[in-house]
Amino acid sequence: MPLRLLKYGLSRDYPVSGDIPATPELKPAYDVVIIGGGGHGLACAHHLAKYHGIKSVAVLEKGYLAGGNTARNTTTIRSNYITPEGIAFYKEGVELFERLSQELDFNVMFSQRGQLTLAHTEATMRSFHMRAEMGKHMGTRTEVVDQKGVEELCPLLNMDYGGPLEILGGLWHADGGTARHDAVAWGYAAQASRRGVEIHQRTEVQGFEVVGDRVQAVKTNRGRVACGQVLIATGGMNYDVALMAGVELPIRCYPLQAMVTQPLKPWLHTLVSSVSLHTYLVQSSRGEVVIGGGSDPYQLYSTRSTLDMKEHLAEGAVHLFPFLQGVRLLRQWAGITDMTPDYSPIMGASPLANLWLDCGWGTWGFKATPVAGKRMAQTIAEGRVPDILKPFALERFETFRLLNEMGATAASH
Amino acid sequence: MKLLTCPMNGPRNIDEFQSFGPVRARPDPNGTADREWSRHLFRAENRKGIVVEWWRHVPSNYFFLAERDLVSNEIIRTFDASQLRERA
Ligand SMILES: Cc1cc2nc3c(=O)[nH]c(=O)nc-3n(C[C@H](O)[C@H](O)[C@H](O)COP(=O)(O)OP(=O)(O)OC[C@H]3O[C@@H](n4cnc5c(N)ncnc54)[C@H](O)[C@@H]3O)c2cc1C
Repeated sequence: MPLRLLKYGLSRDYPVSGDIPATPELKPAYDVVIIGGGGHGLACAHHLAKYHGIKSVAVLEKGYLAGGNTARNTTTIRSNYITPEGIAFYKEGVELFERLSQELDFNVMFSQRGQLTLAHTEATMRSFHMRAEMGKHMGTRTEVVDQKGVEELCPLLNMDYGGPLEILGGLWHADGGTARHDAVAWGYAAQASRRGVEIHQRTEVQGFEVVGDRVQAVKTNRGRVACGQVLIATGGMNYDVALMAGVELPIRCYPLQAMVTQPLKPWLHTLVSSVSLHTYLVQSSRGEVVIGGGSDPYQLYSTRSTLDMKEHLAEGAVHLFPFLQGVRLLRQWAGITDMTPDYSPIMGASPLANLWLDCGWGTWGFKATPVAGKRMAQTIAEGRVPDILKPFALERFETFRLLNEMGATAASH
Repeated sequence: MKLLTCPMNGPRNIDEFQSFGPVRARPDPNGTADREWSRHLFRAENRKGIVVEWWRHVPSNYFFLAERDLVSNEIIRTFDASQLRERA
């Protein structure tokens, strides 16, 4: 290693070792075609190649690698949901994150610093008690803390004692954390391509050739690709892409915005979120304070950002941490999120025999990148849906078996 | 600031309004199978294109309709609910 480093240091042209190969020619057919080169699609490709020995895999990405919501999210990783099915699934997701840097031989900068959600009303406290009990029952680290507990966890918070937004307590989730989103996608892409997966950037799926109950091929801007199995993992475009195959998903698209401040010295050591203020904050390892909140108030296919949201998020952030008032904003952005009626994803089978869904990830899917990739790969390889994914089936809407995670999602994704 | 022209109150900041989503045809409560009910409840128009949707002007609690482009966000027109009945 030191010799290699020395050689590299002394070499004239600093040879770059590309982790992710340039887009190759499209072959006429693949065993598995994954539509969408975001974290989810790449994680699935990695698992197919590494654990199921399926190497004839093409990931088709219409833009550049992981430039969709994977690039835009605020990287909250947690499992403090409310339904047992949801908690079981996201818990596996957090556990996979704990080992992800080793799995990918790539530092994803996972930082399990805990998430503190704040309650400003008694009603919120009651719902926290319920979530904490569910979380404990399912084996996660989730507990209710009182005012003193909140102060100890986050001494710089404005408790607003006696004020209208007095912090009454919080939900402390020691398993919560954050990771570097780009590294997650690149790590999966590098591992997958090392094992023979082809990643095709600037390759847009524009239609499906459906014969009977099977997808024969997908049509792209670079030609036709026949496929054994197909996975839809196109983030904000899931509704649109599934519709091309004749599958209408119960999804509505809303923009979700976020912003970051200039870098500051480390001062915020947990993830903090407030239900009533619809604001959450996390300090990145670069020192920037990432600030996010709720979705836009109406449906839209646009990644424009708005002054309204900037003002709203700034107001929430400055209320919680008044000393942020002079701090400058660096960037504000948006992603299109594919929202489901119950704030849970849609994973598993579709009405077509060889078309699989990894959709409906809305505002909460980054944390599930490893677990969705692992479980969808298993589904595709074995041709059947594992138990852990069954509750997330598309049919749940027809059987009215919804998995309502709205209350555990709205303020902090 | 984005403006929305309320049929009753004229052009106002869109902040004053609440969206109630695309108009959906109400199924016949007596002759509808579960499957169709689930469609009605959970699937709303989400195609890239123009939708007709319900809005409410919050301070005056007035419900009306708007035709809006889901991609460009252009509000094409707004109209009173009585016109919807006439169109139907
Ligand atoms: C502002 C914001 C904050 C968020 N915060 C969090 C958070 O804190 N925690 C959390 O867990 N989640 C969060 N999310 C949600 C999370 O980002 C997504 O759920 C997750 O990244 C989805 O990953 P994906 O790989 O499925 O989709 P994406 O990363 O969006 O990837 C889909 C890819 O498909 C491609 N594609 C689309 N159409 C086609 C086509 N026709 N052909 C080929 N390719 C196509 C796109 O270009 C894109 O690269 C947030 C989202 C946003 C927008």
